[in-house]
Amino acid sequence: MPVIDVDRVSHAYGEGSNRRVVLSDVSLRLTEQRIGIVGANGSGKSTFVRMLNGLVLPTSGSVRVDGLDTRKSGREVRRLVGFCFTDPDAQIVMPTVREDVAFGLRRRGLSKDQVAARVAGMLATYGLEGHADHPAHLLSGGQKQLLALSSVLVTEPAVLVMDEPTTLLDLRNAAKVSGAVRDLPQQVVLVTHHLDLLDGFDRVLVFDETRVVYDGTPASAVAHYRELMA
Amino acid sequence: MSVLGLYQPGGTVLHRARAGTKLGVMLAAGVASVLLDHWWQVLVALGVVLGGYAVARIPARMAVLQVRPLVWMVGLIALFHVLSGSWERAFVVTGLIATLVLLAALVTMTTRTTDMVDAVVGLCRPLRRVGVDPERVGLMLALGIRSVPVVVGLAEEVRDAQRARGLTASPRAFAVPLIVRSLRHADALGDALVARGVDD
Ligand SMILES: Nc1ncnc2c1ncn2[C@@H]1O[C@H](COP(=O)(O)OP(=O)(O)O)[C@@H](O)[C@H]1O
Ligand SMILES: [Mg+2]
Repeated sequence: MPVIDVDRVSHAYGEGSNRRVVLSDVSLRLTEQRIGIVGANGSGKSTFVRMLNGLVLPTSGSVRVDGLDTRKSGREVRRLVGFCFTDPDAQIVMPTVREDVAFGLRRRGLSKDQVAARVAGMLATYGLEGHADHPAHLLSGGQKQLLALSSVLVTEPAVLVMDEPTTLLDLRNAAKVSGAVRDLPQQVVLVTHHLDLLDGFDRVLVFDETRVVYDGTPASAVAHYRELMA
Repeated sequence: MSVLGLYQPGGTVLHRARAGTKLGVMLAAGVASVLLDHWWQVLVALGVVLGGYAVARIPARMAVLQVRPLVWMVGLIALFHVLSGSWERAFVVTGLIATLVLLAALVTMTTRTTDMVDAVVGLCRPLRRVGVDPERVGLMLALGIRSVPVVVGLAEEVRDAQRARGLTASPRAFAVPLIVRSLRHADALGDALVARGVDD
């Protein structure tokens, strides 16, 4: 598994009187295959996971993925770390399903046939092969999220970060997405409010008011989180 | 949600024709259209385009869908010409608008977006010398096409939210939340593009 090193990271948005600290002195070493993150709204989860692919750079401290610093090697880190957002509509960037999956493979030195084969394989895995030439906006919410996931996985990242990928989905579609994630060979860092998604995870972090307040097994972390929210 | 002007998969001659050729024909037709000023010329042009729909095996229903949004505007223009005394002019102008819109829709419905984008990128290549990045132009185009249904969706959400709260729709009460949502969407889209390696 890749090694993610988070070293004394703090982060603040805004300046002067608008300055607001959202992460305070977080240090972690993530080496497990399945890592969950839970916490109240506004506790800093999204900011934290956006740091794992350099989308947000820490105000102080450093994040390294397999030794690559997100500040110095943003592009390389983003090739290593795929990111799946909450709203599938905001991450599907091409008009049709096939084109969207192919988007991440441009400039990878692959031939047209190689790209087509990888895209077709991905669509088949997630049951989207019948929709290859359909406009993305005609898909259901669950299918859109599976498309977003396909478009990230087709580039074969070593780490997959997901920020509340099932929050906008109904239970059935959420189950489809979590089922798709279960068997991935990748290291997965998953932020979620659907606590049952964390079954079988190796490690779960609880965020509260800019800090990691608990770090342990899913069962103990969920118990701690429930107590915190009570 | 209608499928207005989006690619309809198929294997006809028109589907297989090169995107650049189709764009070229479309541009040429636009330029040539200013030369037509008799009703029968317009009728022939319209006939040719509708023939194209038949060749591409696109149902008549789809052709009607393409021009329906124009009915009011075209109607007003026709009325203006009729009132200023020229039936033929009314027919020529409205017929040409319908013909060109139908032609543009025919091109988009028989051309994959990626092929269209590649063709535009090709056309922009000479502009590289003046600092235009053709790939960027292509990406903007694809993003624009992708964003239309998303923004339509956002507009529906705003309208539904206002109805649910019993607000009558003033243009401003509608525009402000729609703009806010669109900007938020653009922000998220920007993040996704970076995450997906747009800068590679
Ligand atoms: N781009 C931003 N600019 C300013 N403030 C932000 C930005 N993103 C998040 N915040 C604020 O930072 C805090 C933490 O947000 P976030 O990391 O999204 O938390 P979570 O994902 O746990 O809900 C929140 O108070 C939020 O309003
Ligand atoms: Mg969040």
